[in-house]
Amino acid sequence: MAGLLDPGRWLPLDWVLAVAASWLLVGVLGLFALRRLGWVAKVLFPAGGAIALGLFAVAGATMFSAPQHAVLPLGLPGLPFHFRLDPLAGFFLMVIGAASAGVSAFAAGYFRKGEGTPPGLLCFEYHLFLASMTLVVVADDAYAFMVMWETMALSSFFLVIANHRIAEIRQAGYLYLLIAHVGAIGILLAFGVLQANTGDYTFANMRAQQLAPFWGSVAFLLALFGFGAKAGIVPLHVWLPEAHPAAPSPVSALMSGVMLKTAIYGLLRVTFDLLHVQLWWWGVLLLALGLATAVFGIVFAAVQVDMKRLLAYSSIENIGLVFAGIGLAVLFSAYGMKPMSALALTAALYHVASHAFFKSLLFVGTGSVLHATGQRSLGKLGGLIRYMPWVAWLTLVGTLASAGLPPLGGFVSEWLLLQSFLFTPGLPSSFLNMLIPVVAALIALVAALSGYTMVKFFGVIFLGQPREEHLVGAHRAGGWERGGMLWLALGCVALGLLPVQFIQLIDNVTRQLVGFGLGRTAAGSGWLLVPVDIERASYGPVVFLVGLAASFALAFLLVRRLYHGRLRRAAPWDCGYPWQTARMQDTAEGFGQPIRQIFEPFFRMQRELPSPFDREPRYRVVVGDHFWHWIYQPVADLVERLSRWIGRLQQGRIAVYLLYSFLTLVGVLLVVRR
Amino acid sequence: MSVLGSLSQLLEIVVALLLAPLLVGWVNQWRAWLQNKSAPGLLQPYRVLHKLFNKESVVAQHASPLFRSAPYIVFSCMLLASAIIPTLSTDLPLAPAADAIALVGLFALARVFMSLAAMDVGTAFGTMGARREMLIGFLAEPALLMVLFSASLIPKSTSLATIVETLAHRDLAIYPSLAFAGVAFTMISLAENARVPVDNPATHLELTMIHEALILEYSGRHLALLEWAASLKLFAYSCLGLALFLPWGVAEAHAPLTLVLALPVLVLKLATGGIVLAFMETANAKMRIFRVPEFLGTAFLLAVIGVLVYILLGV
Repeated sequence: MAGLLDPGRWLPLDWVLAVAASWLLVGVLGLFALRRLGWVAKVLFPAGGAIALGLFAVAGATMFSAPQHAVLPLGLPGLPFHFRLDPLAGFFLMVIGAASAGVSAFAAGYFRKGEGTPPGLLCFEYHLFLASMTLVVVADDAYAFMVMWETMALSSFFLVIANHRIAEIRQAGYLYLLIAHVGAIGILLAFGVLQANTGDYTFANMRAQQLAPFWGSVAFLLALFGFGAKAGIVPLHVWLPEAHPAAPSPVSALMSGVMLKTAIYGLLRVTFDLLHVQLWWWGVLLLALGLATAVFGIVFAAVQVDMKRLLAYSSIENIGLVFAGIGLAVLFSAYGMKPMSALALTAALYHVASHAFFKSLLFVGTGSVLHATGQRSLGKLGGLIRYMPWVAWLTLVGTLASAGLPPLGGFVSEWLLLQSFLFTPGLPSSFLNMLIPVVAALIALVAALSGYTMVKFFGVIFLGQPREEHLVGAHRAGGWERGGMLWLALGCVALGLLPVQFIQLIDNVTRQLVGFGLGRTAAGSGWLLVPVDIERASYGPVVFLVGLAASFALAFLLVRRLYHGRLRRAAPWDCGYPWQTARMQDTAEGFGQPIRQIFEPFFRMQRELPSPFDREPRYRVVVGDHFWHWIYQPVADLVERLSRWIGRLQQGRIAVYLLYSFLTLVGVLLVVRR
Repeated sequence: MSVLGSLSQLLEIVVALLLAPLLVGWVNQWRAWLQNKSAPGLLQPYRVLHKLFNKESVVAQHASPLFRSAPYIVFSCMLLASAIIPTLSTDLPLAPAADAIALVGLFALARVFMSLAAMDVGTAFGTMGARREMLIGFLAEPALLMVLFSASLIPKSTSLATIVETLAHRDLAIYPSLAFAGVAFTMISLAENARVPVDNPATHLELTMIHEALILEYSGRHLALLEWAASLKLFAYSCLGLALFLPWGVAEAHAPLTLVLALPVLVLKLATGGIVLAFMETANAKMRIFRVPEFLGTAFLLAVIGVLVYILLGV
């Protein structure tokens, strides 16, 4: 911190702190222009986006350098904030910077007047949210971590309820706040265990402690609970499908694309950095939870009829996949198999990055659709590729990446994950060896189902004929919106085509966490991605894409050259049926029907089927979540009953309250003696 | 990248392009014979392709560019797939670019574009076909991956060339894990290639069709490309099955002369396989769409059992 006044000598960590500070500054400037939308949208949000790009660059530059420390005399006297920038933090900062740059650019064109919270306040909350996420990642003591964590939760809560005049949105925000805080308790307690009665809450001290396996496990379980609640691990996922649709689209994009990743960061920090020894059953637990979450999330995503809820469930699925990867890494690490552990961890981190891009892209895409049509329900959309081609084609990139299709980003992480499953035989426990292929089968199922879901998502919104008449007037997205989406789409493509280069970056993280990196093997083979050995497996996305593009071009040219390119436009054929209307297309319910039938035990369904004699037949199906009825509803009922019971104390008469005080005083005097 | 490697790569692509319609013609001929019908000529698929390419393409008024580009994308995917699978030789320059998992991804990419294009015009049959195609896809894809996994456990590699080389040099015996995988693979190929009992390539009965519903709106050169792609897919699946379960006769890098022998061997294997396929299609009836999950679920379980058998017993 010596050269604080001379920016030429700033360390990267100083720059990161400067980024957080300038985000705060942008936010505060927004407070001064509370209702001046033009100023907020056209100056402040782009400035925030530029700062995000700066964060991306700074974090990228630090990936190869040694950890740096800083102590800021903020907060309570004698309890300063410690900060530390290491490759793990640097990787997550890159993700935060890159994804939020696109989202901020999009937000510059997104926010409108008269949507609840005034734009200036929204700008403040938004940039506070970004700054707190940045600082969570570089925090190096439990105190700073928790302060930033809570700031993150609170600022995002206020962002979720931006449209607070709608009762459902307030309810969703409340649920989010509740679960965020239940989770925060878990994290706080985990730090309490980790400091091992030394009273020193810096991470440096926690690293120095050697915990007994029992206390290590307690700390791990508490951290898993706390970070799992934030990440949306089953059964703590219930807030996600409520909060994400409620929030404005750029906020949903940030929450889903970036904020969930801070929970992954926290889990990695505690499991691999603060704890030294990993036990094998932690890995199995993480793997089981991750897979359950992934299967649950994607099955629910496939039957949703609200486009943002669909994406929220798909986020649950992706977080589940990341957890499964981390679980595998813990398992390998517990048995001392470092290369395999590094492979699984690389897969998880790669998925973190690609999910940040494609999910942000998809969420902001739904934002454009929402603004153009005013509809969130899939059943009332359709045919938008003709009215908003930019949004449609850019969203298609995100859709393909999300479906895990080559040669985009989502496929690389799934490929790496499957590779790490495939080379598990070799674990010392035969029971685990037997379990692994079943697990790989589940991952394959999840990947295939996400293809189904994404075809439904894209097809119902953008393809076909408009299901409502007013959709014909859907307006195109503005330049800022397109620019933001383009950046995110380019991210998806770059992650898909340049896995070798990105793994060079991730290499530093896995070296730090498990003591091994894939960088060297990956770099040795040029354009091919080779995780272990070229004889074993390789994947060359660039060759793949060039092959596809070349045969596309060749087929196109040859058909034109040898035959012709004549084309005639006519009415759709549809087996010669002339009276077809847009209502005869599959609805979102119809598209989800096979999934509802095959995975029926997953859902809590209420169906209203019309009888053949109904004059006005109505079909209604409500798909509910078992966990809500099994866990949350009983707890809520219990709390309500208890509070009603306690509520009897409230009589509203002052004499009664004086009696309570008197009785309390007597009670205290009886207990407390000198 | 050796000269011979490039040569065999090129040969493989050309052979795939030329032989794929012939395989379809062969299967159709045999099926007609088995069903006591007079069969169309062996070259009928080529005549159909030629006719379709000559016709003008009729496209729905509001179809988007996605609709028009999908046939080319699907065709390129299938062509790349047949270039990657070691049908004639394992010495392929393109093979390291995509292993078994990427191959499944390639088929999935084609399927997704196919379904999206079917939804684009927005007719009742198109969307229904897309839904059913994706239903079959999400059931068949994990099963196919498990089949490929059980094959890749033996050489500890997902590279198709390595798998085929290793399998070709083993003793001639029945390996339980591969036997399970083989049965599963047969079931998956029937589903993926829109064959009886999952779909019927000969039907145009509206309510039962899947693949035909997807391509209902296409005509002219677009339809020709899709038909060609479908035959390439059948060819690729057949070659994949032959390469995994009957890998003998495929040429290798260190023995270039075997390439001369590889083509007749392949034709012989494909001809036999075509007759078997025609028999299976004649002996079975098409099943209801909601029996398909059971059918493919069985395939999935068989493939998982194959993997487990290998891991537990090592054979």
